[in-house]
Amino acid sequence: MWRDAMLVAERDLRIEMRSKVALWQVVPFAILVLLLFAFALGPGPALLKESAPGLFWLALLFSSVLAAQRSLAIEGSDATRESTRLMGLDPAGIFLGKTLALTGELIALEIVLMAGVILLFHVVVGTWWLLVASLLVAALGLSAVSVLYGSLAGGARMRATLLPVLVLPILAPVLIAGARCFASAMANGPGLGGRWLSVLCVFAAVYLVLGIVLYGPMEES
Amino acid sequence: MRHTLDKLLGPVSVALVAITVWLGLFVTPPDAQQGDLVRLVYIHPALAWVALYVAFGMAAVCSLLYLWPRTRSMVFDRLAASAVEVGVVFTVLTLITGSIWGRPTWGVWWTWDARLTSTALLGVLFIGYLALRRVPAEPHIRARRCAVAALFAAVDVPIVHFSVVWWQTLHQGATVLNPNLTPTIHGLMAWTLLLSFVAFTLVFVWMVIARYRLETLREEGEDVELAEALVARRSEGVS
Repeated sequence: MWRDAMLVAERDLRIEMRSKVALWQVVPFAILVLLLFAFALGPGPALLKESAPGLFWLALLFSSVLAAQRSLAIEGSDATRESTRLMGLDPAGIFLGKTLALTGELIALEIVLMAGVILLFHVVVGTWWLLVASLLVAALGLSAVSVLYGSLAGGARMRATLLPVLVLPILAPVLIAGARCFASAMANGPGLGGRWLSVLCVFAAVYLVLGIVLYGPMEES
Repeated sequence: MRHTLDKLLGPVSVALVAITVWLGLFVTPPDAQQGDLVRLVYIHPALAWVALYVAFGMAAVCSLLYLWPRTRSMVFDRLAASAVEVGVVFTVLTLITGSIWGRPTWGVWWTWDARLTSTALLGVLFIGYLALRRVPAEPHIRARRCAVAALFAAVDVPIVHFSVVWWQTLHQGATVLNPNLTPTIHGLMAWTLLLSFVAFTLVFVWMVIARYRLETLREEGEDVELAEALVARRSEGVS
Protein backbone atom coordinates (compact mmCIF):
# COMPACT_ATOMS: atom_id res chain seq x y z
CA MET A 1 0.00 0.00 0.00
CA TRP A 2 2.75 2.47 0.96
CA ARG A 3 4.75 1.73 -2.21
CA ASP A 4 1.65 2.43 -4.34
CA ALA A 5 0.97 5.54 -2.29
CA MET A 6 4.46 6.88 -2.97
CA LEU A 7 4.12 6.11 -6.68
CA VAL A 8 0.80 7.97 -6.95
CA ALA A 9 2.04 10.90 -4.84
CA GLU A 10 5.16 11.21 -6.98
CA ARG A 11 3.07 11.09 -10.17
CA ASP A 12 0.65 13.78 -8.96
CA LEU A 13 3.44 16.06 -7.78
CA ARG A 14 5.39 15.57 -11.00
CA ILE A 15 2.32 16.49 -13.07
CA GLU A 16 1.83 19.54 -10.86
CA MET A 17 5.47 20.58 -11.21
CA ARG A 18 5.16 20.36 -15.00
CA SER A 19 1.74 21.95 -15.42
CA LYS A 20 2.18 24.58 -12.65
CA VAL A 21 -1.60 24.94 -12.32
CA ALA A 22 -1.34 25.39 -8.55
CA LEU A 23 1.36 28.04 -8.97
CA TRP A 24 -0.46 30.09 -11.59
CA GLN A 25 -4.08 29.58 -10.57
CA VAL A 26 -4.52 28.39 -6.98
CA VAL A 27 -1.86 30.58 -5.29
CA PRO A 28 -2.99 33.79 -7.07
CA PHE A 29 -6.59 32.95 -6.12
CA ALA A 30 -5.60 32.55 -2.44
CA ILE A 31 -3.81 35.92 -2.41
CA LEU A 32 -6.75 37.50 -4.21
CA VAL A 33 -9.12 36.21 -1.53
CA LEU A 34 -6.94 37.83 1.17
CA LEU A 35 -6.96 41.14 -0.72
CA LEU A 36 -10.73 40.99 -1.23
CA PHE A 37 -11.28 40.37 2.48
CA ALA A 38 -9.21 43.46 3.23
CA PHE A 39 -11.23 45.50 0.67
CA ALA A 40 -14.48 44.28 2.27
CA LEU A 41 -13.42 44.98 5.87
CA GLY A 42 -11.60 48.24 5.23
CA PRO A 43 -7.97 49.16 5.81
CA GLY A 44 -8.17 49.43 9.63
CA PRO A 45 -5.18 47.39 10.90
CA ALA A 46 -6.82 46.49 14.25
CA LEU A 47 -9.88 44.90 12.63
CA LEU A 48 -7.80 43.03 10.05
CA LYS A 49 -5.46 41.70 12.72
CA GLU A 50 -8.36 40.58 14.88
CA SER A 51 -10.07 38.90 11.92
CA ALA A 52 -6.86 37.35 10.56
CA PRO A 53 -7.39 33.80 11.97
CA GLY A 54 -10.84 33.46 10.36
CA LEU A 55 -9.79 35.14 7.13
CA PHE A 56 -6.69 32.96 6.82
CA TRP A 57 -8.71 29.78 7.26
CA LEU A 58 -11.47 30.85 4.91
CA ALA A 59 -8.91 31.71 2.24
CA LEU A 60 -7.26 28.34 2.81
CA LEU A 61 -10.56 26.42 2.60
CA PHE A 62 -11.68 28.12 -0.61
CA SER A 63 -8.26 27.65 -2.20
CA SER A 64 -8.04 24.04 -1.05
CA VAL A 65 -11.27 23.27 -2.93
CA LEU A 66 -9.59 24.56 -6.10
CA ALA A 67 -6.46 22.51 -5.39
CA ALA A 68 -8.61 19.43 -4.76
CA GLN A 69 -10.49 19.95 -8.03
CA ARG A 70 -7.17 19.99 -9.82
CA SER A 71 -5.94 16.84 -8.04
CA LEU A 72 -9.15 14.98 -8.88
CA ALA A 73 -9.10 16.19 -12.48
CA ILE A 74 -5.76 14.38 -12.91
CA GLU A 75 -7.45 11.13 -11.90
CA GLY A 76 -10.42 11.68 -14.19
CA SER A 77 -8.58 12.61 -17.38
CA ASP A 78 -7.49 10.31 -20.19
CA ALA A 79 -8.88 7.19 -18.53
CA THR A 80 -6.30 7.46 -15.74
CA ARG A 81 -8.64 5.73 -13.32
CA GLU A 82 -8.92 2.67 -15.57
CA SER A 83 -5.16 2.63 -16.18
CA THR A 84 -4.29 2.65 -12.49
CA ARG A 85 -6.79 -0.13 -11.87
CA LEU A 86 -5.31 -2.23 -14.69
CA MET A 87 -1.86 -1.71 -13.14
CA GLY A 88 -3.19 -3.43 -10.01
CA LEU A 89 -2.52 -0.53 -7.66
CA ASP A 90 -4.05 -0.85 -4.22
CA PRO A 91 -7.04 1.57 -3.95
CA ALA A 92 -5.99 2.45 -0.40
CA GLY A 93 -2.53 3.26 -1.77
CA ILE A 94 -4.07 5.49 -4.47
CA PHE A 95 -6.08 7.31 -1.81
CA LEU A 96 -3.06 7.79 0.43
CA GLY A 97 -0.86 8.87 -2.49
CA LYS A 98 -3.33 11.48 -3.70
CA THR A 99 -3.86 12.66 -0.12
CA LEU A 100 -0.11 13.02 0.47
CA ALA A 101 0.43 14.90 -2.80
CA LEU A 102 -2.46 17.25 -2.05
CA THR A 103 -1.15 17.72 1.51
CA GLY A 104 2.21 18.81 0.08
CA GLU A 105 0.49 21.33 -2.21
CA LEU A 106 -1.66 22.66 0.65
CA ILE A 107 1.37 23.09 2.91
CA ALA A 108 3.01 25.19 0.19
CA LEU A 109 -0.23 27.17 -0.08
CA GLU A 110 -0.34 27.64 3.70
CA ILE A 111 3.20 29.08 3.66
CA VAL A 112 2.19 31.62 0.99
CA LEU A 113 -1.01 32.53 2.84
CA MET A 114 0.85 32.83 6.14
CA ALA A 115 3.32 35.23 4.57
CA GLY A 116 0.30 37.10 3.17
CA VAL A 117 -1.45 37.60 6.52
CA ILE A 118 1.83 38.58 8.23
CA LEU A 119 2.55 41.20 5.56
CA LEU A 120 -0.96 42.44 4.81
CA PHE A 121 -2.74 42.04 8.16
CA HIS A 122 0.29 42.71 10.44
CA VAL A 123 -0.14 39.41 12.28
CA VAL A 124 2.42 38.61 14.98
CA VAL A 125 2.74 34.94 15.94
CA GLY A 126 3.71 34.16 19.54
CA THR A 127 3.47 30.35 19.65
CA TRP A 128 4.92 29.05 16.40
CA TRP A 129 4.88 25.35 17.28
CA LEU A 130 1.11 25.43 17.75
CA LEU A 131 0.55 27.22 14.45
CA VAL A 132 2.88 24.92 12.47
CA ALA A 133 1.43 21.75 14.04
CA SER A 134 -2.16 22.85 13.38
CA LEU A 135 -1.38 23.76 9.77
CA LEU A 136 0.34 20.43 9.07
CA VAL A 137 -2.41 18.32 10.63
CA ALA A 138 -5.17 20.41 9.05
CA ALA A 139 -3.58 20.05 5.60
CA LEU A 140 -3.68 16.27 6.02
CA GLY A 141 -7.33 16.32 7.13
CA LEU A 142 -8.39 18.72 4.37
CA SER A 143 -6.67 16.56 1.76
CA ALA A 144 -8.18 13.29 3.03
CA VAL A 145 -11.72 14.74 3.00
CA SER A 146 -11.26 16.32 -0.43
CA VAL A 147 -9.96 13.14 -2.05
CA LEU A 148 -12.64 10.98 -0.42
CA TYR A 149 -15.49 13.31 -1.36
CA GLY A 150 -14.01 13.79 -4.81
CA SER A 151 -14.54 10.08 -5.42
CA LEU A 152 -18.11 10.44 -4.12
CA ALA A 153 -18.81 13.41 -6.38
CA GLY A 154 -18.23 11.25 -9.43
CA GLY A 155 -18.17 12.63 -12.96
CA ALA A 156 -15.86 15.53 -13.75
CA ARG A 157 -18.69 17.56 -15.32
CA MET A 158 -20.64 17.83 -12.07
CA ARG A 159 -17.71 17.81 -9.64
CA ALA A 160 -16.78 21.47 -10.12
CA THR A 161 -20.01 22.67 -8.55
CA LEU A 162 -20.82 19.69 -6.36
CA LEU A 163 -17.53 19.32 -4.48
CA PRO A 164 -17.75 22.62 -2.55
CA VAL A 165 -21.35 21.82 -1.50
CA LEU A 166 -20.29 18.42 -0.19
CA VAL A 167 -16.91 19.28 1.28
CA LEU A 168 -17.28 22.69 2.91
CA PRO A 169 -19.93 21.67 5.52
CA ILE A 170 -17.79 18.65 6.45
CA LEU A 171 -14.79 20.94 6.86
CA ALA A 172 -16.59 23.24 9.32
CA PRO A 173 -14.85 21.60 12.35
CA VAL A 174 -11.46 22.19 10.67
CA LEU A 175 -12.33 25.84 10.11
CA ILE A 176 -13.40 26.31 13.74
CA ALA A 177 -10.49 24.38 15.29
CA GLY A 178 -7.93 25.85 12.89
CA ALA A 179 -9.04 29.42 13.52
CA ARG A 180 -8.96 28.83 17.31
CA CYS A 181 -5.42 27.39 17.05
CA PHE A 182 -4.37 30.40 14.96
CA ALA A 183 -5.86 32.82 17.50
CA SER A 184 -4.13 30.97 20.36
CA ALA A 185 -0.83 31.07 18.45
CA MET A 186 -1.21 34.84 18.05
CA ALA A 187 -1.58 35.17 21.82
CA ASN A 188 1.41 34.89 24.12
CA GLY A 189 0.60 31.40 25.44
CA PRO A 190 -1.05 28.38 23.72
CA GLY A 191 -4.17 28.67 25.97
CA LEU A 192 -6.85 26.27 24.72
CA GLY A 193 -5.01 25.82 21.42
CA GLY A 194 -3.81 22.37 22.46
CA ARG A 195 -7.39 21.12 22.72
CA TRP A 196 -8.29 22.51 19.32
CA LEU A 197 -5.15 20.89 17.91
CA SER A 198 -6.36 17.54 19.22
CA VAL A 199 -9.69 18.14 17.39
CA LEU A 200 -7.72 18.60 14.16
CA CYS A 201 -5.72 15.41 14.88
CA VAL A 202 -8.89 13.35 15.48
CA PHE A 203 -10.52 14.79 12.35
CA ALA A 204 -7.49 13.92 10.19
CA ALA A 205 -7.18 10.42 11.67
CA VAL A 206 -10.89 9.62 11.20
CA TYR A 207 -10.96 10.71 7.57
CA LEU A 208 -7.66 8.98 6.76
CA VAL A 209 -9.05 5.69 8.10
CA LEU A 210 -12.41 6.21 6.34
CA GLY A 211 -10.60 6.99 3.10
CA ILE A 212 -8.39 3.91 3.30
CA VAL A 213 -11.45 1.72 3.90
CA LEU A 214 -13.96 3.36 1.55
CA TYR A 215 -11.95 4.70 -1.40
CA GLY A 216 -11.77 1.28 -3.10
CA PRO A 217 -15.51 0.55 -2.99
CA MET A 218 -16.26 4.15 -4.04
CA GLU A 219 -14.07 3.91 -7.11
CA GLU A 220 -15.58 0.63 -8.32
CA SER A 221 -17.68 1.41 -11.36
CA MET B 1 -56.25 -3.26 2.57
CA ARG B 2 -53.06 -1.45 1.61
CA HIS B 3 -54.93 1.07 -0.52
CA THR B 4 -57.41 1.71 2.28
CA LEU B 5 -54.53 2.45 4.67
CA ASP B 6 -52.90 4.68 2.06
CA LYS B 7 -56.10 6.60 1.49
CA LEU B 8 -56.69 7.00 5.23
CA LEU B 9 -53.16 8.06 6.16
CA GLY B 10 -53.29 11.47 4.47
CA PRO B 11 -56.63 12.67 5.87
CA VAL B 12 -55.90 11.19 9.32
CA SER B 13 -52.51 12.86 9.61
CA VAL B 14 -53.88 16.23 8.41
CA ALA B 15 -56.81 15.90 10.84
CA LEU B 16 -54.41 15.18 13.72
CA VAL B 17 -52.33 18.24 12.81
CA ALA B 18 -55.54 20.30 12.76
CA ILE B 19 -56.52 18.97 16.22
CA THR B 20 -53.01 19.75 17.50
CA VAL B 21 -53.31 23.30 16.21
CA TRP B 22 -56.76 23.69 17.77
CA LEU B 23 -55.60 22.33 21.14
CA GLY B 24 -52.39 24.32 21.00
CA LEU B 25 -53.99 27.63 20.09
CA PHE B 26 -57.35 27.57 21.89
CA VAL B 27 -57.52 24.87 24.59
CA THR B 28 -54.14 24.67 26.34
CA PRO B 29 -53.33 27.44 28.82
CA PRO B 30 -50.61 30.04 28.30
CA ASP B 31 -47.30 29.47 30.09
CA ALA B 32 -46.62 31.25 33.40
CA GLN B 33 -43.39 32.78 32.06
CA GLN B 34 -43.60 32.64 28.24
CA GLY B 35 -47.29 33.43 27.89
CA ASP B 36 -48.76 32.60 24.48
CA LEU B 37 -45.30 32.11 23.02
CA VAL B 38 -45.28 28.62 24.53
CA ARG B 39 -47.81 27.53 21.87
CA LEU B 40 -44.94 27.07 19.43
CA VAL B 41 -43.87 24.11 21.58
CA TYR B 42 -46.71 22.14 19.95
CA ILE B 43 -45.07 22.50 16.53
CA HIS B 44 -41.35 23.14 16.80
CA PRO B 45 -40.16 20.09 18.85
CA ALA B 46 -42.35 17.75 16.77
CA LEU B 47 -40.87 19.10 13.53
CA ALA B 48 -37.36 18.70 14.97
CA TRP B 49 -38.18 15.17 16.13
CA VAL B 50 -39.30 14.15 12.65
CA ALA B 51 -36.37 15.85 10.89
CA LEU B 52 -33.51 14.76 13.11
CA TYR B 53 -34.50 11.41 14.50
CA VAL B 54 -37.18 9.93 12.24
CA ALA B 55 -36.11 11.18 8.80
CA PHE B 56 -32.34 11.24 9.08
CA GLY B 57 -32.36 8.17 11.35
CA MET B 58 -34.36 6.32 8.72
CA ALA B 59 -31.99 7.55 6.01
CA ALA B 60 -28.98 6.27 7.98
CA VAL B 61 -30.55 2.87 8.67
CA CYS B 62 -31.67 2.43 5.04
CA SER B 63 -28.21 3.47 3.82
CA LEU B 64 -26.59 0.91 6.12
CA LEU B 65 -29.00 -1.75 4.87
CA TYR B 66 -28.13 -0.84 1.29
CA LEU B 67 -24.37 -1.04 1.94
CA TRP B 68 -24.70 -4.36 3.76
CA PRO B 69 -24.29 -6.97 0.95
CA ARG B 70 -26.97 -9.34 2.31
CA THR B 71 -29.67 -6.68 2.42
CA ARG B 72 -28.61 -4.65 -0.61
CA SER B 73 -31.70 -3.52 -2.48
CA MET B 74 -32.72 -0.43 -4.42
CA VAL B 75 -35.78 -0.28 -2.15
CA PHE B 76 -33.53 0.96 0.67
CA ASP B 77 -31.87 3.50 -1.63
CA ARG B 78 -35.26 4.92 -2.63
CA LEU B 79 -36.46 4.94 0.97
CA ALA B 80 -33.31 6.77 2.13
CA ALA B 81 -33.67 9.35 -0.64
CA SER B 82 -37.35 9.89 0.16
CA ALA B 83 -36.63 10.24 3.88
CA VAL B 84 -33.83 12.75 3.27
CA GLU B 85 -35.94 14.86 0.93
CA VAL B 86 -38.81 15.09 3.42
CA GLY B 87 -36.32 15.46 6.29
CA VAL B 88 -34.72 18.52 4.68
CA VAL B 89 -38.18 20.14 4.42
CA PHE B 90 -38.81 19.43 8.12
CA THR B 91 -35.34 20.76 9.02
CA VAL B 92 -36.08 24.05 7.27
CA LEU B 93 -39.47 24.24 9.05
CA THR B 94 -37.71 23.50 12.36
CA LEU B 95 -35.30 26.40 11.81
CA ILE B 96 -38.10 28.76 10.74
CA THR B 97 -40.34 27.96 13.74
CA GLY B 98 -37.33 28.16 16.08
CA SER B 99 -36.48 31.54 14.62
CA ILE B 100 -40.04 32.79 15.17
CA TRP B 101 -39.75 31.74 18.83
CA GLY B 102 -36.24 33.17 19.17
CA ARG B 103 -37.10 36.72 18.03
CA PRO B 104 -39.34 37.66 21.01
CA THR B 105 -37.47 35.43 23.48
CA TRP B 106 -33.82 36.12 22.70
CA GLY B 107 -34.35 39.36 20.78
CA VAL B 108 -32.81 38.01 17.56
CA TRP B 109 -33.99 35.86 14.67
CA TRP B 110 -30.77 33.87 14.73
CA THR B 111 -27.94 33.31 17.19
CA TRP B 112 -24.75 31.26 16.80
CA ASP B 113 -25.85 28.76 19.37
CA ALA B 114 -24.45 25.19 19.17
CA ARG B 115 -27.89 23.60 18.69
CA LEU B 116 -28.95 26.05 15.97
CA THR B 117 -25.63 25.97 14.16
CA SER B 118 -25.31 22.18 14.17
CA THR B 119 -28.92 21.85 12.94
CA ALA B 120 -28.30 24.29 10.09
CA LEU B 121 -25.13 22.36 9.22
CA LEU B 122 -27.11 19.12 9.22
CA GLY B 123 -29.57 20.63 6.76
CA VAL B 124 -26.75 21.72 4.45
CA LEU B 125 -25.11 18.28 4.68
CA PHE B 126 -28.30 16.58 3.56
CA ILE B 127 -28.88 19.17 0.83
CA GLY B 128 -25.44 18.03 -0.40
CA TYR B 129 -26.78 14.46 -0.35
CA LEU B 130 -29.70 15.53 -2.55
CA ALA B 131 -27.28 17.28 -4.91
CA LEU B 132 -25.20 14.10 -5.06
CA ARG B 133 -28.28 12.13 -6.09
CA ARG B 134 -28.61 14.30 -9.16
CA VAL B 135 -25.16 13.38 -10.47
CA PRO B 136 -25.76 11.13 -13.49
CA ALA B 137 -24.48 7.62 -12.74
CA GLU B 138 -25.47 3.99 -12.99
CA PRO B 139 -28.20 3.45 -10.32
CA HIS B 140 -26.18 1.12 -8.06
CA ILE B 141 -23.09 3.35 -8.17
CA ARG B 142 -25.21 6.38 -7.32
CA ALA B 143 -26.94 4.45 -4.53
CA ARG B 144 -23.60 3.40 -3.00
CA ARG B 145 -22.17 6.93 -3.11
CA CYS B 146 -25.33 8.39 -1.62
CA ALA B 147 -25.45 5.76 1.12
CA VAL B 148 -21.90 6.66 2.22
CA ALA B 149 -22.71 10.40 2.07
CA ALA B 150 -25.86 9.84 4.17
CA LEU B 151 -23.90 7.98 6.84
CA PHE B 152 -21.26 10.75 6.97
CA ALA B 153 -23.98 13.38 7.31
CA ALA B 154 -25.88 11.38 9.94
CA VAL B 155 -22.87 11.67 12.28
CA ASP B 156 -24.10 15.21 12.93
CA VAL B 157 -27.41 13.96 14.40
CA PRO B 158 -26.00 12.93 17.83
CA ILE B 159 -23.94 16.16 17.83
CA VAL B 160 -27.17 18.14 17.41
CA HIS B 161 -28.91 16.11 20.12
CA PHE B 162 -26.14 16.41 22.71
CA SER B 163 -25.11 19.96 21.79
CA VAL B 164 -27.24 21.38 24.62
CA VAL B 165 -25.43 19.08 27.07
CA TRP B 166 -21.88 19.39 25.73
CA TRP B 167 -21.81 23.17 25.32
CA GLN B 168 -23.25 26.18 27.12
CA THR B 169 -26.14 27.04 24.83
CA LEU B 170 -28.98 29.52 24.71
CA HIS B 171 -31.27 26.78 23.43
CA GLN B 172 -33.08 25.07 26.28
CA GLY B 173 -32.40 21.42 27.12
CA ALA B 174 -34.71 18.57 26.17
CA THR B 175 -38.22 18.80 27.63
CA VAL B 176 -39.08 15.11 27.27
CA LEU B 177 -35.94 13.21 26.22
CA ASN B 178 -33.68 14.78 28.86
CA PRO B 179 -30.82 12.77 30.44
CA ASN B 180 -32.98 11.90 33.50
CA LEU B 181 -36.00 10.99 31.34
CA THR B 182 -38.20 13.14 33.56
CA PRO B 183 -40.47 15.28 31.35
CA THR B 184 -40.83 18.89 32.51
CA ILE B 185 -44.26 19.33 30.93
CA HIS B 186 -47.53 18.00 32.36
CA GLY B 187 -51.28 17.68 31.94
CA LEU B 188 -53.06 18.86 28.80
CA MET B 189 -49.92 20.57 27.58
CA ALA B 190 -48.03 17.24 27.70
CA TRP B 191 -50.84 15.41 25.88
CA THR B 192 -51.01 18.07 23.19
CA LEU B 193 -47.24 17.86 22.79
CA LEU B 194 -47.48 14.08 22.47
CA LEU B 195 -50.28 14.42 19.90
CA SER B 196 -48.13 16.81 17.86
CA PHE B 197 -45.35 14.20 17.75
CA VAL B 198 -47.78 11.55 16.50
CA ALA B 199 -49.42 13.92 13.98
CA PHE B 200 -46.20 15.15 12.39
CA THR B 201 -44.72 11.64 12.34
CA LEU B 202 -47.80 10.45 10.41
CA VAL B 203 -47.45 13.40 8.02
CA PHE B 204 -43.83 12.34 7.47
CA VAL B 205 -44.84 8.72 6.76
CA TRP B 206 -47.51 9.91 4.32
CA MET B 207 -45.05 12.16 2.50
CA VAL B 208 -42.34 9.48 2.36
CA ILE B 209 -44.76 6.95 0.89
CA ALA B 210 -45.81 9.48 -1.77
CA ARG B 211 -42.18 10.39 -2.50
CA TYR B 212 -41.17 6.71 -2.69
CA ARG B 213 -43.92 6.03 -5.25
CA LEU B 214 -42.83 9.03 -7.28
CA GLU B 215 -39.22 7.81 -7.28
CA THR B 216 -40.31 4.32 -8.36
CA LEU B 217 -42.45 5.75 -11.16
CA ARG B 218 -39.60 8.00 -12.28
CA GLU B 219 -37.22 5.02 -12.51
CA GLU B 220 -39.85 2.98 -14.39
CA GLY B 221 -40.37 5.96 -16.71
CA GLU B 222 -36.65 6.10 -17.45
CA ASP B 223 -36.66 2.37 -18.32
CA VAL B 224 -39.66 2.81 -20.62
CA GLU B 225 -38.06 5.82 -22.32
CA LEU B 226 -34.86 3.84 -22.85
CA ALA B 227 -36.77 0.86 -24.28
CA GLU B 228 -38.73 3.15 -26.63
CA ALA B 229 -35.53 4.89 -27.73
CA LEU B 230 -33.92 1.51 -28.47
CA VAL B 231 -36.94 0.39 -30.52
CA ALA B 232 -36.90 3.67 -32.44
CA ARG B 233 -33.17 3.38 -33.13
CA ARG B 234 -33.50 -0.23 -34.31
CA SER B 235 -36.36 0.68 -36.61
CA GLU B 236 -34.16 3.38 -38.15
CA GLY B 237 -31.62 0.67 -38.96
CA VAL B 238 -34.24 -1.58 -40.60
CA SER B 239 -35.64 1.12 -42.85
